[in-house]
Amino acid sequence: MINVIIIVLGILMIASAFMAIYMRSLLSSIIAAGVISLLASIIYLLLAAPDVAMMEAAIGSGLTTVVFLYALSKVKNSGEDNHG
Amino acid sequence: MVKRFLILLVLIFFVIMLMPLVSDIQPQTELNPLAEKYVKDGPDELGSANLVTSVIVTYRGLDTLGEVAVLFIATAGVGFMLRRRKDSKLNPQKKRESSEILQTGTALLTPLIFLFGIYIFLHGHLTPGGGFQGGVVIASAVLLSLLSYPQAEVNHKILNAIKSLSGAFYILIGVLGLYLAAGFLDNRILPLGDFGHLFSAGAIPVIYSLIGLKVGSELVGILDSMQRSDS
Repeated sequence: MINVIIIVLGILMIASAFMAIYMRSLLSSIIAAGVISLLASIIYLLLAAPDVAMMEAAIGSGLTTVVFLYALSKVKNSGEDNHG
Repeated sequence: MVKRFLILLVLIFFVIMLMPLVSDIQPQTELNPLAEKYVKDGPDELGSANLVTSVIVTYRGLDTLGEVAVLFIATAGVGFMLRRRKDSKLNPQKKRESSEILQTGTALLTPLIFLFGIYIFLHGHLTPGGGFQGGVVIASAVLLSLLSYPQAEVNHKILNAIKSLSGAFYILIGVLGLYLAAGFLDNRILPLGDFGHLFSAGAIPVIYSLIGLKVGSELVGILDSMQRSDS
């Protein structure tokens, strides 16, 4: 049973990885990259590694996503400055 | 066309090179000798209910010190790259106030998230989690405040004081272990106490609290410099 769940989560991870690459907007790509970490943290939890799962959920899907969002807003702002 | 063919060739070469690694994998049915020693002697030697913590903080304490140092260097790098230009007066435009709902929710949630982070690193030797996880949770509480009050400033004096003092005390406790116990970062400089209680496992709770404060303040520093930087 647990193997089936892990395989499904792995397939979802690969799917969201492809979404992160092929999405049109960068915002969606960042969110998809965060989803990968969230699914990975569930897998860690199922494999009885709660310490790593907490780390992955907090840093991978939380902090990294926010840092990417900050970077995206900076890049957008500077791009507008160049054109205007 | 030739380029694609070459790329394909390189990929096939890598597959052939890495194939033995994949095909030789055997599922491990028993622990290797080092892990077996940790599992057998860890609880009695160090008195920590969470074995992962006793490995991270004590047996592999030097690696953890290295991780904290890497985080420190990363923060210093981000702060250096994104430093605020003092002469730029182009940036006085008022940032938009956040909504009432976000502000009220932040006021309600921030203390609770702070408490949860402190709980995680204080109970690092009893339950899953520890200094790094607790520090990240604290940083996320500060992030919530930064998002809902864009005008607010992080007090850099307090932040730097927490950063420096927690790092210094971490090293100090490590060096104390050299004199009072078996070696660097040994946790048996304090009495081990009752197994499974909050005040147990020697210096592990102290070390993990210091790591939590250090990691939390470093990450707050990164978020703050990303929020404040021009352009």
